[in-house]
Amino acid sequence: MSDASEVARIRRMQDLPSTHLLGSGTSMCAGCGGLGAFRELYEVLGERSVVVNAAGCMSLLATYPFTPFRGSWLYTAMASAPAGAQGVRDALDILVAKRRIAAEEDLRVVVLTGDGAACGMGLSATSAAIDRGLDFIYLCYDNEGYGNTGQQTSASTPHGARTATDRGPRGYPGVKKDLFAIWAAHRPAYVATIIAAEPVDLARKVEKAKRMKGPRLLIALAPCPPGWGFDPKDTIEIGRLAVRTGVWPLKEYANGRVVHTKRYEPRLPVEQYLARQRRFAHLFEPRRDEETLAAIQRAVDENSARVE
Amino acid sequence: MSRTLLSGNAAVAWGARLAGADYVPAFPITPQTEIIETLAGWIATGELDARTVMFESEHSMLTAAGAAAATGVRVFTATSSQGLLYAMEMLYAVAGWRAPFVLVNVSRAVAAPITLHSDHGDVLAARDTGFLQLHAATCQEAVDLVLLAYRVAEDPRVRLPALVNLDGFLLSFTREPVDLPEAEAARRFVGPFEPGAVSFRASRPVSQAVAVLGGGPYSYFRYEMHRAAEHAAVVFAEVAAAFAAETGRAYDAVECYRCDDAEVVFFLIGSLSTTAKDAVDRLREARARVGLVRPRLLRPFPAEALRRALAGKSAVAVVDQDLSIGMGGVLHSELAAALYGLAGAPLLASFVGGLGGRHVGVDELCAIADEALAASRAGRSPAPRLLYTETELREVRKLQAIAHGERHEVAQPAKPAGDTDE
Repeated sequence: MSDASEVARIRRMQDLPSTHLLGSGTSMCAGCGGLGAFRELYEVLGERSVVVNAAGCMSLLATYPFTPFRGSWLYTAMASAPAGAQGVRDALDILVAKRRIAAEEDLRVVVLTGDGAACGMGLSATSAAIDRGLDFIYLCYDNEGYGNTGQQTSASTPHGARTATDRGPRGYPGVKKDLFAIWAAHRPAYVATIIAAEPVDLARKVEKAKRMKGPRLLIALAPCPPGWGFDPKDTIEIGRLAVRTGVWPLKEYANGRVVHTKRYEPRLPVEQYLARQRRFAHLFEPRRDEETLAAIQRAVDENSARVE
Repeated sequence: MSRTLLSGNAAVAWGARLAGADYVPAFPITPQTEIIETLAGWIATGELDARTVMFESEHSMLTAAGAAAATGVRVFTATSSQGLLYAMEMLYAVAGWRAPFVLVNVSRAVAAPITLHSDHGDVLAARDTGFLQLHAATCQEAVDLVLLAYRVAEDPRVRLPALVNLDGFLLSFTREPVDLPEAEAARRFVGPFEPGAVSFRASRPVSQAVAVLGGGPYSYFRYEMHRAAEHAAVVFAEVAAAFAAETGRAYDAVECYRCDDAEVVFFLIGSLSTTAKDAVDRLREARARVGLVRPRLLRPFPAEALRRALAGKSAVAVVDQDLSIGMGGVLHSELAAALYGLAGAPLLASFVGGLGGRHVGVDELCAIADEALAASRAGRSPAPRLLYTETELREVRKLQAIAHGERHEVAQPAKPAGDTDE
């Protein structure tokens, strides 16, 4: 089957693999949106992979002597997971080229980091890996803060969100770093946004990325029950609202073009997404912060208009 | 074997080439850069069947080095000074991965103030990382210690990365005659890289470098590293014996020069030992019973060999080319710890010199030996000395005067009358 038809084959939930490659009972929080996205990605990528991790929530996935992975795993440090991926990729290439291992022993190299590493101290290592054309897949699970340490503000925290370090009445005064645009500006093979709540869109993108060479980078919005303040049972619902309000547009970059992969029109007002999370409660109580709400809505409208 | 003139940098590059390094993650920094350039040149011409990749930082370079070694290839990399410090987090991390490779550090003093010349502030900061540490005194040792380091690091009883140190400028850019082992003999000596259980293969999934919960498992793995480093002392002796049989060049973990009947010995590391040997010879001509003890192996610390070498001596003049601010010379503390409580332990005299490339010459070393001897006769260790001459102080005073003038006279020419500088 051709690459395009393999991607096109995925149309409905029934088309998704149910290989259950990632074991259950990990130390992630209940309702972790990052784990959901990673699980869906892993099912498509398969076990012939080595996941290279940076410090963050997911670093506790493999805790001695347990691992949920059918494939391999390497924990590195917060700043340099893409460099670790480079070392593994190069070593595998050398081993195959020198015929010290069979080609069947080769592995796909996958970087897994949070937004803290991706937008902060890991950005230079990522930028350099893209510069070098590293053949790898990068998944950033974006819970919009330093989640593992209790949701302090990161460069990926959205405007107005209250965090453990922005506790004032207006929340975080900055704006969310546009990691998608930063990555795409490097002109890698592929960049996409994904979310666990849209599994078909996610699987199609991972399947597409899987069939490419070079740097392929995915950002998953990762609704975070303890960090964002909602019930763990609502993770998927919050994710759907993020997409339907346009807060988390589903898009991809390839060959110099950015396009939406799935659009809901008309978009729901952002309030419907914000009102469900404690981190935005100060925008509604004790009185509505019309100015901030309007600013957030305006930013979403503008972003949406910029992409096909 | 072929004899040729090589700089220290070229010598360690030959070491990597002769060891058959597969992978050279790289990042430039003075005075190390020539090493990675040399290797890149050989890789481009096909003289070395390896791959080199330029990283954006030493932190990334060391991550890739460890990751590649953990995947199962032989890795060589090199850095200096700020680069070693920038990579420091990963030195600790990759040592814990138990993935052996060789890192050459070309010693250079660390900022601030920023400078290019040598001292051991950089490499001694890495002493607790889990890397084995070997110190070269000559360009010949630089190439040989790289070969030895691979054998020791890769030994199943050890499985720790190794750092080979050479002094910036003094060795890195100094050409000396070097006997290069034949390629075949070197390959035979080092042998093929055996990844053992540490590797990534599709048929053998493994999780490496995973988290632990609690002090029990953490301590277990750290103690295992410490035991492995202790084994490295035994392995080094075996490997050095095999190397001597092959090349005729014998490398003990501790070099002793004219020590047998010595009353006073110098204790120092690196290329300064060649100057110290001249000082020993000169003092011997004047009938002073002086010798030199110089560890090549600093991690694991060869405490037992040092106790054997130094028991019964009157005094040891420890010359540190480093300074632990607020404590003093690092080698002095380490040696004191090794000798404490030993019957017949010598008196220790601590001298700090050679910081940032400050020259320590034969005259100064002779004066140091005299002072150590006088101290032993008085039966009391002298206060630690920071070596500095009146001429050096005068030179700095001159610079200060110029700096003062630049600020107060040149930069502000139009001063109101009556405003005078002190």
